[in-house]
Amino acid sequence: MSETSFQLKGSVVTTFILELYRYSREGFTQQLKDKISQAPEFFHQSPLVISLEKTSVDEGDIDFTELLGICRQLQLQPLAFKSVDESFAEAVKLTGLAIVSDSATSRSSARAVKIQKEAEVVGSAENAEPVDEEKPAYRKSKVIQRPVRSGQQVYAEGADLIILSQVSEGAEVLADGNIHVYGSLRGRALAGIKGDRHARVFCQKLEAELISVAGHFILSDSLDKALKGQAVQAYLDEQTLHVKPV
Amino acid sequence: MAEIIVVTSGKGGVGKTTTSAAIGSGLAIRGHKTVIIDFDVGLRNLDLIMGCERRVVYDFVNVLNQEANLNQALIKDKRNDNLYILPASQTRDKDALTLEGVQTVLNELAEKFEYIICDSPAGIEKGAQMALYYADQAIVVTNPEVSSVRDSDRILGILQSKSLRAETGAEPVKEHLLLTRYNPSRVEQGEMLSVEDVVEILAIPLVGVIPESEAVLKASNQGEPVIFDEAADAGQAYSDTVGRLLGEDVDFRFLEAGKKGFLKRLLGAK
Repeated sequence: MSETSFQLKGSVVTTFILELYRYSREGFTQQLKDKISQAPEFFHQSPLVISLEKTSVDEGDIDFTELLGICRQLQLQPLAFKSVDESFAEAVKLTGLAIVSDSATSRSSARAVKIQKEAEVVGSAENAEPVDEEKPAYRKSKVIQRPVRSGQQVYAEGADLIILSQVSEGAEVLADGNIHVYGSLRGRALAGIKGDRHARVFCQKLEAELISVAGHFILSDSLDKALKGQAVQAYLDEQTLHVKPV
Repeated sequence: MAEIIVVTSGKGGVGKTTTSAAIGSGLAIRGHKTVIIDFDVGLRNLDLIMGCERRVVYDFVNVLNQEANLNQALIKDKRNDNLYILPASQTRDKDALTLEGVQTVLNELAEKFEYIICDSPAGIEKGAQMALYYADQAIVVTNPEVSSVRDSDRILGILQSKSLRAETGAEPVKEHLLLTRYNPSRVEQGEMLSVEDVVEILAIPLVGVIPESEAVLKASNQGEPVIFDEAADAGQAYSDTVGRLLGEDVDFRFLEAGKKGFLKRLLGAK
């Protein structure tokens, strides 16, 4: 009987999308460095997909191999390109990286066009403000009802994380926004992991191994002993992470 | 429909097999047709604890590979007609287990038995995951010490994410905490975690507390599940646990250190 060597599964992987607007060696390197320095641990070895959807065609030839080199030097892992326009196709192929299909993107842009059209109709009638495309979309908080156990990891992408139970020792909870734990926090809690310095961590009973806001962290050893078991919040003020009773 | 109960812990040596043998026997004593499956392929122990090691001809893996049928591999207990054991293979490893194969065997057993007890191997790898995958209930065996508690927490996370019930979004696996090797006098001295500590950390309902007892080692070595030792505190505690599993409301015993009698104190006995 031959043993099964592998199984093919469909899956959705969370990655960063780097939306390239324009490219110059110096500008790109500097801006990417700045971005990463906001939360170095978070970006370390992160997978990355490079989207050329908004890259202006007038840019002329872009040295994609050099661009990838810069990403890798900064400890990112570029996986693929997406939304590759014909004018870039040749250059992108030379890098050897994958080009991922664009179905999801084209759907969303189709929807955007539709919204735009509706807005125009409304606009002509009531003279309303045009739709602001830069306005961040509202995202629902992630709510967890059961204990987050040792070895488990929960991430609320682009949202707040609300846990109505405990976070065990050895568990990790992460959010781009705030983290609320209505129980004992014994594991690690990392809020604002994409660099939001206004994010906070709240918990009912502090016994945490580590608390972090936007890359600034504090370990259990450095926590004020008097706070142990208390209801606290952690927030960032300048460069210091404060943990205070609520 | 048979109820599948996995006995698991993450950590080794906390008393999974002792518990599987005792709970399985306890259910059988109360008249329920019960089979205990040893999932610890390669490290077969259940047969020793049950005292049937000399009667193993075919095993779980033989049945999975269709080299023997279930009736050939099942060993009937000599003490109780309701009790059967499906031993593990000693010569193979965990890779011999497949989810499809395990399901086929469990389905076949479910036709004959009311309770199927899966004695999980230690660890969180394939063997342990196979043992818990189809479970309806889980008995998480924990010793009152920090590393055992953390490992139990880990296995609870796996029950919540990698069991069939979790994957299909069905009602979650019913979790029970069983504290074993509990020594009330050491708890009083602060050397051991208390029942309250462990329940608070793991946050699942307590189904039993088994006191640390010399009877357990003796029972293991004699191949006679400790629950048959009605005089032993550990045997009685397992019997209480079986009652609670069946939905009875039983008071917890053996939670406090026994006061030494006058004579014992006089003689300086422990």
